[in-house]
This record gives sequence, structure tokens and C-alpha cells, in this order.
Amino acid sequence: MISSEPSSVEYAVQINNLSFGWRTGLPLINLQSLNITKGAKVFIKGASGSGKSTLLSLIGGVLLPQTGSISVLGQSFNQLTSAKRDRFRADHIGFIFQMFNLIPYLTAMENVLLPCNFSKKRRLSLLEKNKTLKDEAERLLHYLDLPMNLWQRPATELSVGQQQRVAVARALIGGPELVIADEPTSALDTERRNAFMELLLKECQHQNTTLVFVSHDPTLQCHFDRQIDLEQINLLSTAGA
Amino acid sequence: MPIFTLAVKSILNRKLTVSMTIFSIALSILLLLGVERLRHDARESFTNTISGTDLIVGARSGQVQLLLYSIFRIGNPTNNVSWKSYQDLKSHPLVEWTVPLSLGDSHKGFRVLGTNQDYFTHYRYAAERTLVFATGHPFSAIQEAVIGADVATQLNYSIGQEIILAHGTGEVSFTKHADQPFKVVGILKKTGTPVDRTVHVSLESIEAIHAGWQEGSPPSPVLKRLLKKTSKPLQPKTITAALVGLKSPIATFKVQRFINEYPEEPLLAALPGVALQELWDTMAIAQQALLAISIMVVLVGICGMATAILTSLNERRREMAILRSVGAKPWHIFLLLIGEAFIVMVLAVVLGLAALYIVQLIGRPIIENEWGLYLPTKLPSLNEYILLGCALLAGVLAGIIPAYRAYRYSLADGMTIRS
Repeated sequence: MISSEPSSVEYAVQINNLSFGWRTGLPLINLQSLNITKGAKVFIKGASGSGKSTLLSLIGGVLLPQTGSISVLGQSFNQLTSAKRDRFRADHIGFIFQMFNLIPYLTAMENVLLPCNFSKKRRLSLLEKNKTLKDEAERLLHYLDLPMNLWQRPATELSVGQQQRVAVARALIGGPELVIADEPTSALDTERRNAFMELLLKECQHQNTTLVFVSHDPTLQCHFDRQIDLEQINLLSTAGA
Repeated sequence: MPIFTLAVKSILNRKLTVSMTIFSIALSILLLLGVERLRHDARESFTNTISGTDLIVGARSGQVQLLLYSIFRIGNPTNNVSWKSYQDLKSHPLVEWTVPLSLGDSHKGFRVLGTNQDYFTHYRYAAERTLVFATGHPFSAIQEAVIGADVATQLNYSIGQEIILAHGTGEVSFTKHADQPFKVVGILKKTGTPVDRTVHVSLESIEAIHAGWQEGSPPSPVLKRLLKKTSKPLQPKTITAALVGLKSPIATFKVQRFINEYPEEPLLAALPGVALQELWDTMAIAQQALLAISIMVVLVGICGMATAILTSLNERRREMAILRSVGAKPWHIFLLLIGEAFIVMVLAVVLGLAALYIVQLIGRPIIENEWGLYLPTKLPSLNEYILLGCALLAGVLAGIIPAYRAYRYSLADGMTIRS
């Protein structure tokens, strides 16, 4: 059963003795323990090939560890069917990827509203606060400084920076407890990168969202409460050896 | 349903390629429906050739052969029916009416039918429709002719036209009844039956032009002069076939048996409906082949659609990964692609159906004029709905191939964006 209120648990992500490999007998990740407290802003540093995308898929519940356990917001994934993990992800986790985050044939607004199509919980959480979905999408887009004349434009007409901001709005709509960002700034130049980071962190703070931010760029780690080097905690990492 | 909306928007994003797919399937649907409708209408028109007649009587042969030469005017009879047998038949207590048919001559490739005025009252086609005169009236004297609509239009004949009949039924005949020209006194309206291609004269006329003929060659001038002096009544010795109407349909088998067991000469009485069915069945193979071909064309169209969706999958893997990240299940991805196949098929079916009606509206006057085949603009029949349903189902089933593949992709890829 999915408990929709895992508030009694203080950890957003709890990993114990986890190991995963795409092929059995060839593990890629082996983590002794990784705990991320609720509301924390965590920076995970890892070079490409260090298994960070795999780690994010594990946290997102798309993959299951071969051994060990992972629980997100107090919910252990090991006991959930893949359909229930999909549902859990839709309800509780927002994702931001590197680039081309958006569905090209939908408008900016439709992209923002997309998670609400798959998660009743995120839909209801807005309605409970007496907000319509559209109002909230507009608030986020407005807050993220996306010019109003672009809201109804197809995603493909937006610049990369604008697309990333739409992706942030999409990850945050309906107030998921956890937001996972995978190199969201790598396509942005320095100036826009800082503006983007500021907006992202401020909105996560505002919604009291746990943020797990993965990047290979060490200059960004100053924005975060906690920094984790994946190569150090991954017992199988060869990059650090 | 959000997935369905997504599928629609995804299709709109690829308007050109998808519309080409829809167009090609719509064309194949048009072909399928067109063939089906033509089959149906041809059959209808075919079975409409004769109605209201209970029995067709001729010399003993096969019922299909009898039907062919007496009604469709195709081929030649093996034997004739004697006038005496015809009179016996006519006076049978259960027989209401008879119409004699005498074939054997032609006019410029059109068959000449010797009969009597009863033909114009008793011959029925389609749903009990009688022959109607466009102009003129039935023949009443020797050497008067009534021509069918096609004869009139193709030879450009009008009332008062003098025509010369040829002996035999070939397109080109060397022996003509040139000495006894006929006058057109009536032109029939188009019926869509072999009547349109027939020259009708009285039995007496047939007898008159053959007076003195022996062994298929014309009489000598001496004999002819002799004949003119001794004017016998022009009573035919034989006829080719006869149409029979009965007082009650219950009597059909009784009269049929009477004719088939007629002791004085071998005769055959055929039920027009049964004979038409048998004849139609012999042609069934050709139409079934036509239908099979059009079904295959639809399948080709559907394969094209499945291929197009499959090819698009690779460039859409990112889209699928994004959908997975916002909470879509692999099952949703499956539905998205099946939905696309469904929408394509529905649009193609609707477009194909619309095209059918447009083609029919444009083609109807032409077909009616050229072939006398009246194609009514009617709602799709149950059969057509079944065909359309099967096409739709086949399309959606074919959509399972790319949809399942996308499902596998999205299971394997998860949220990892690969491209």
C-alpha cells in the first residue's frame, strides 16, 4: 500500500547496501548507505559513467536494486509492483533532465500540466489549496520568468533556457515532495545558469521540497546544504581509484 | 482521457506523414467499399433481370443455358419448342399467361426477339416493373418493330426508321432479310436488362420473313411469287422458349413437373430465381477474387501504417522517456501508440466512406446512362459496416506491433533518454 502521508519519516531517500548492475554478476553501483533528509538540498557530484543516471532511476523507482533496499519518503520500493512504483513516482517525484525535457508537440503550458494527467494526488493537492491547475501553472511560469506570450507556444519554439524553466515548473507543479534534477544546467551559459539555480532553489524552498541535484560541475555545489561525491560512496567506482 | 488527447496532439505534430498514411488507407477502404458495393449492386441488377415470371420453358437442356439464351440472349438454344407443345402449355388449367419467345435473327449485332403483345404486359424486371415506352407503341402488324433503349441510342434510331433484319445472330451476317424491311414503331425506356439490347417483333413477322426458307437459305424468286399467292396464316411451327405465369405460386412445382414430364417432346421448365442463383454462383469466383484483392490492398495500407509508426519510434524514444518521468506507465505508452493506430484507422475509414459517396454521386449519372445500372445512394449496409469494422480491427491489431515495441523500449529505457 502506498501511504500518501509518509510524514512520520524524516528521510526523503534511504538506501542500504544497495547494489545494481544492468547484467547480473556485473554490478555497477554498490552503496553502503545513503540517507537524504526531508527538505534537504543535496548536490551529488559524479562524472559521466559513475552510475548517476542509474542511481536516479533507482530513486525514481524505474529500476529495482538487485540486493539491498531503497525507500523513498518512507516507502520501500522492494515491495511495490512496477505499476505502483510508476504511480508513486507520478505522485511524489518531479524530474528535470539535461535538455530537451519537453514533449515537442505540446505547448509550454501543456508541458507544465502533464504530471497532473498522471497523478490524481498532485491534481487534488492543488485543488485542496483552492488553486486551479491552470492558476498554479501560470504562477510557476510567471515566477520562473517565462514571458506570457510563450505560454501557449509549442515547446520547440522556446530557447533552451526557457525550456529548462518550463521543465522546472513541470517538476514542481502539484508540490511533489522530491525533485530530482539531472544536469539541468549543462546546456545553459554561466549567467543563465546562476539565474536558473536561484529560481529552482527558491521555489523548492518555498514548497519545502527535497532537491536532489546531480551534476559533474563542482562550481554549482556552493548552492547546496550537502554535497555527496558519488565516486566516493560508490564502492564499485573506478573513477576515484 | 489524457492519453488519447496526447495521441491526437502527437499526430497533429506529424500532420504530413500521418495524413499520407491516412490517405493511402482511405483509398484502400474506398476500393474495398467500391468493390463490395459494385458486387452487391451488380447482383441486384442481375437478379432484377426478370421478375414476375414463374417458369421459363424451353427445350430440354440445362437451366442456366435456358436462362442465358432466353433471357440474357447469350448463346443459342439447342432445340426449339413445338407450337403444339406451347399450345398445350398455354391451355393448362393452372397457367395464367404465357409469352412466346422466338430467337434466331439479329440486327447489327442486336438480337431480334419474336414475341407477341403480351410480352409488354407480362414481362417484369426489378421489383415488378413493367416495360415502358419512351415513344411509340407496341407492334401491331407485320414488319413493325419495337426497339430497346440501347438499340435506339447506339444506332441513333427513332420512330419510323426502317431496319433490315439479318438471318442468324452474328455481328456480321451475310444473309439478310433485305426484301422485307421493318419499321420502328416503339422505343422502350432504359431498363438495365437485356431488353435494352433487343429488337422486338411479332412472331408472325418472324414467320413472314422466313416464309419459303429451307435449310437456312432464302427461297428462290419463283417460290416467293408462289408464296404470295397462297397466303397461309402466319402461324409459327416452333418457338424458342416461353415465359409462364401461373394462377397461384403454389402450383409452380405441379406445372414444372407437368412440363418436365411432357410426353411429346423433351422440355425443361426452370424457376427463374433458382436459375439466376445458379448462374450467379458460376460468376462468384471472379467477384470473390475481386473482393480478396481489395481486402489485400487494405492490408497493405495497414502494414504501411504499422511500418510508419515503427519507424517513428526511434525518434520518439525521448518523448516516451519524458512521459515515463512524469509518471506514465509503460502501459500508457502502449495505449498512446495503439491510440495513434486507432485514430489513423478511424480517420481513414471516415475519409474512405466519404470518398465512396463522392465518387458515387459523381459516377451515378454516368453509370446509369452507360450501363442502366441504377446505384442508389444508400446508407452503408450491414455487410459494409462489418467490412469497415474488420478493417478498423485489423488496423488496431497491426498497431499492437509498434505499441508493444514501444512498451518494451520504455520498460528498458525507463527515464533514460536515448536517441
